[in-house]
Amino acid sequence: MAEAKPKQEAARTMLAKSPTGIQGLDELTGGGLPKGRVSLVCGKAGCGKSLLAMEFLVHGAVRYGEPGVCINFEETEEKLIANVASLGFDLRDLIKRKKLFLDYVFIERSQITEAGEYNLDGLFVRLAHAVKTIKAKRVVLDSVQALFAGVADTAILRSELQRLFRWLDENNLTAIVTGEAGVDTLTRHGLEEYIADCVIALDHRVTEQISTRRLRIVKYRGTAHGTDEYPFLIDEDGISVVPITSLVLSHKALKERVSTGIAALDEMMEGKGFYRGSSVLVTGTAGTGKSSMAANFARAACARGDLCLYFTFEESPSQILRNMRSVGLDLEKWVKQGLLHFNAMRPTSTGLEGHLAVIHRQIAQLKPSVVVIDPITNLISTSGSYDVKSMLVRLVDFLKVQQITSMFTNLTFAGDPQERTAAAVSSLMDTWIVLRDSKPNGRPRRELYVLKSRGMAHSREVRELIVSKKGLELGVVLSDHTVATHVAGQ
Amino acid sequence: MKKSSVTKRPAKKSRSDFFILRLYIAGQTPNSMTAIANLKKICEEKLEGKYRLEVVDLLKKPQLAKGDQIVAIPTLVRRLPPPVKKIIGNLSKTESVIVGLDLQSAR
Repeated sequence: MAEAKPKQEAARTMLAKSPTGIQGLDELTGGGLPKGRVSLVCGKAGCGKSLLAMEFLVHGAVRYGEPGVCINFEETEEKLIANVASLGFDLRDLIKRKKLFLDYVFIERSQITEAGEYNLDGLFVRLAHAVKTIKAKRVVLDSVQALFAGVADTAILRSELQRLFRWLDENNLTAIVTGEAGVDTLTRHGLEEYIADCVIALDHRVTEQISTRRLRIVKYRGTAHGTDEYPFLIDEDGISVVPITSLVLSHKALKERVSTGIAALDEMMEGKGFYRGSSVLVTGTAGTGKSSMAANFARAACARGDLCLYFTFEESPSQILRNMRSVGLDLEKWVKQGLLHFNAMRPTSTGLEGHLAVIHRQIAQLKPSVVVIDPITNLISTSGSYDVKSMLVRLVDFLKVQQITSMFTNLTFAGDPQERTAAAVSSLMDTWIVLRDSKPNGRPRRELYVLKSRGMAHSREVRELIVSKKGLELGVVLSDHTVATHVAGQ
Repeated sequence: MKKSSVTKRPAKKSRSDFFILRLYIAGQTPNSMTAIANLKKICEEKLEGKYRLEVVDLLKKPQLAKGDQIVAIPTLVRRLPPPVKKIIGNLSKTESVIVGLDLQSAR
């Protein structure tokens, strides 16, 4: 057994990868596309396959020192340049610096008469010329099915395509061939039959007026890959895929503690507060102070110098700043110092997957120590039937791997205190704080208790939560202790 | 086959029935050789003194493939008279070549 291991390791490293530079995709594929091989990227019109291919070329040229050739069968060079300019890619500059070569191949069938035997050497000559001119290491053919419209003899075309893919392999070029999705097949002309190494399918669905994009690795020879669909996002920075960050629960549990923002609550948690890198759920009915809790937690994070990223789905940042000022929390100061970053999104602007992709990207860019999502309810409500839990598992895992302390607020409804949340997310959370309204003797008050907190001996008392101009405080231990003795955590 | 171009001196005729033809090949493959032979025969028969033929070997001048959007080899391009027409193949189907070049009306 001991001898077998290095051999296995060697086999794993033998399959060299060419990074795409696309966030998430390289993690999914264990490093990128198979180097020196042809990969197929397929999907319906508008699914993002051309963009994926173009990003592969641009990142290759800019980041990995691998010049690339794009043979485009559908759009002129000018159009292509204009299309990706909005993503901040300056193709003209790359072309000038011989990092990129574009060739628009166009066949006007009506102009052409066939009179005897032929092959597609013209295409080979053009590709070889382009590759030689810039010493290319990467090639994109986007999308070859246009040839089926231009060449009448499909038997010739098929054998020529096979020859073309073989030529790419022989010349050690890492290539992406794109193909339009067929009715029952991955591509209309069965291109997947010719491509043995890597096939990626993209999908763009609209359910309940919310569009979601998904990516699936159909096959990848020699690489263990998930067969799940992974949501991805196209925004002003291009494509990013939300990967599963950990297939196993291997994140390191930190022993360091961070303040909850409320001294008395810290006191309830062994006098030290949350564990750094843990995830905290705050649930409560409307008006119980969830957002104030979250804002207070963010303020405390900034005060100790932690970078905090605050996602809000209900209020604009300025609204939050104003509201929190009224309860004695000056968040503006931290925004100005660059320690607090707000990200406001409309829950319905995109699907759950889209939101998660945005969250992933923002976290990857800012690298915060603390993340607040206020409230997570809205994410759940946009998701329709798709498995909310698996998406949230990915998010929570991602945060834990990054050792980010996170707080999620969740709105519960009267009469339905915890069930909905409990089913979806509570098991993922290390700490669960419950807020509730109570009217003993006709005087309304807010109450707080810690329902669970893993890895610590926390207090099970119910305390009054006092939100005033002076900020958040806890009142005395309430005598009407009504919490069921819920033994959570270990 | 000598060099990459074969030029025939035209007898001056009216513009519209003068043919400028360009045949693209990629190396001296059997199909290319057949195409050249077939084309010469057809031209001598149908267009005597009214055409100019240029043979372009793309292995020598790959950059010329783009201008006429060459994908298939061999490709014959009728550059004049307009409109531009393309005939792909080794030109063994004489009838197709004659139709493709519109040579019936040229007579």
